[in-house]
Amino acid sequence: MHADDLLPGDTPVGLIDQEGASHPDDRHRMPTADTLLDGYRQLVLARRINDQADALVRQGRLAVYPSSHGQEACEVAAAMVLGEQDWLFPTYRDTVAVIARGVDPFEAFVLLRGDWHSGYDPHEHYVAPQSTPLATQLLHAVGFAHAARMRGEDIVVLALCGDGATSEGDFHEALNFAAVFHLPVVFLVQNNGYAISVPLRRQTAAPSLAHKGIGYGMRGRLVDGNDLAALLAVLGEAVAEARDGGGPTLVEALTYRMKSHTNADDATRYRTDDEVEPWRARDPLLRLRTWLTAEGALTPGDDAEAHAHAERVAADLRSAIMTDAEPRPDDLFAHVYASPTPQLREQAAQLAAERAAAQEATR
Amino acid sequence: MTLMHDAPAERPADAVPAPATLTMAQALNRALSDALATDPSVVVFGEDVGPLGGVFRITDGLTARFGEDRCFDTPLAEAGIVGTAVGMAMNGMRPVVEMQFDAFAYPAFEQIVDHVAKMGNRTKGRMRLPLVVRIPYAGGIGGVEHHSDSSEAYYVHTPGLTVVSPTTPQDAYGLLRAAIAHPDPVIFLEPKKLYWATGEVDVQAPLPEIGRARVAREGTDATLIAYGPSVPVALAAAEAAAEEGRSLGVIDLRSLVPFDDETVCTAVRATGRAVVIAEAPGFASMAAEIAARVSERCFHHLLAPVRRVTGFDTPFAPPKLEKFYLPDVDRVLDAVDALQWEDA
Repeated sequence: MHADDLLPGDTPVGLIDQEGASHPDDRHRMPTADTLLDGYRQLVLARRINDQADALVRQGRLAVYPSSHGQEACEVAAAMVLGEQDWLFPTYRDTVAVIARGVDPFEAFVLLRGDWHSGYDPHEHYVAPQSTPLATQLLHAVGFAHAARMRGEDIVVLALCGDGATSEGDFHEALNFAAVFHLPVVFLVQNNGYAISVPLRRQTAAPSLAHKGIGYGMRGRLVDGNDLAALLAVLGEAVAEARDGGGPTLVEALTYRMKSHTNADDATRYRTDDEVEPWRARDPLLRLRTWLTAEGALTPGDDAEAHAHAERVAADLRSAIMTDAEPRPDDLFAHVYASPTPQLREQAAQLAAERAAAQEATR
Repeated sequence: MTLMHDAPAERPADAVPAPATLTMAQALNRALSDALATDPSVVVFGEDVGPLGGVFRITDGLTARFGEDRCFDTPLAEAGIVGTAVGMAMNGMRPVVEMQFDAFAYPAFEQIVDHVAKMGNRTKGRMRLPLVVRIPYAGGIGGVEHHSDSSEAYYVHTPGLTVVSPTTPQDAYGLLRAAIAHPDPVIFLEPKKLYWATGEVDVQAPLPEIGRARVAREGTDATLIAYGPSVPVALAAAEAAAEEGRSLGVIDLRSLVPFDDETVCTAVRATGRAVVIAEAPGFASMAAEIAARVSERCFHHLLAPVRRVTGFDTPFAPPKLEKFYLPDVDRVLDAVDALQWEDA
């Protein structure tokens, strides 16, 4: 592969600008209006779930929520470009990507509700457990793809991470392993500008994060992370390359974290409203609605139905989370090993006895 | 480096073999070879494990026999090795990875503690990780700094990890086969000073149960509790004590996690005296845990406090000072002498 083919363009790929106008690019195919309408519905749902989760935190129903508000195009695109049997490796900020992949919203929120460390069966929708330690899941994605090739499985693995994670050693090792073994992995870095409070300029001196690809002999691509059309095009190309034996691609999506890191963070301590304001106009939903409406692909009725559907999902999520099903203390011991050790059996018995005594005392 | 050893590994025969005398290194090689031959999901990788056969030759001949898809070299990156092993195990494989030396495994520590140990628990058993991390460990070979660490405490302290260490070539073969077949991740600690010790290996023998200690020597006066590289020291001490008329039993733990309280406590309750022997620094160590467990569970049978003979609380000694650092027979016998015999 020629070195120039590995470098990203000087400007991010964009197909629909923030005013909702088309920018045809003969190197990247514009998705169909039907595809983008489907994507728009998913963006509306993703936004609604982000807002619902914020409300549930305020009500004390979720322990914490790292919102992807503003990044929904990346979240939705990551799920949309994958085939049914392909795998997604998400981080803690990718709950709505997990839901877009088909995971039941309540199961996706078990982690943040504090009931357990993960609430869904990874094998059901081909989604790995959300990873909290940064960049570690990228190596799992690479190993998973390596195993898939050994097993003769025709799958692609898409791994998510943020800009801060690109400074971790595991990011380097994952990209290096993927390139050396020429594996079908797409790395999608959502560059939202911040690692909690630390801005991108403290993470890298590279011209872009996508430029890191060439250091591994890997294609690097830079894309407007708030443009669903461009994301679907660029990620779709990367997935197709991977599936055709073309090896891995690093995609950097330029986006912005509109909310604080989590509800426990206060972004006003490290960034100004002047900085945030322009990003409101770059919102991924607004531009797509404008474009679809202009194309005649979205009627006011369609839009209302998309919002009504999102409202129904949010209401179901709300009522599921409000139902206080107590997690089982026995689960603490049940899954540490395939078969509990004698020591864990003793400790489980001790806790059971303590609980029985406490119950007796309150009777 | 003086650490390289050119012991030829035995190429596995296809016929049912008779018990043979093998080094521990050969027994481990045989276990990997037999696992690769019988289970297509087994895959071996690490640094220099391919054509070279590993710096200790444990993987000698495996790439030639099974191809480089089944036994291969990776980029030089321990977190990458363990992290990709996690991903492979998530997708139905049984990876067996080699960390070249104990202290070179530390870059993989985050992967081991955050994911290897927790994936089965996090997913409520829906995604268990049947992988093995092989680590040549501990001293006794005159290794320079970072080639002789006793790192077991880091692993045994982490719930979700199974930690074993063989002492005999027979157990090296059996425990490694058992570890590869195990449903959970296993940290497999190989006492590198015993790589070239020989013993009879019967590959047809039933595999040892992970979690069961071995009574290495019966004894009636006191019980020496040891594992890995310290078991031969304990056996030598028991032999020397026997010449002086004292009968010392020796327990070879084999499995640090799960810990075999039953075998250990049965032995200690019978003798009433116990000495724990381990190379690692004693502070907050596996030896400390064993002493505490025995004291809690055998208190009314004890005739003396449980004693520990361990490495000093210093970084591992340079080669020329190693002999002062490592527990030896005299230090074990001194500890046995201090078990309040005059009170009996």
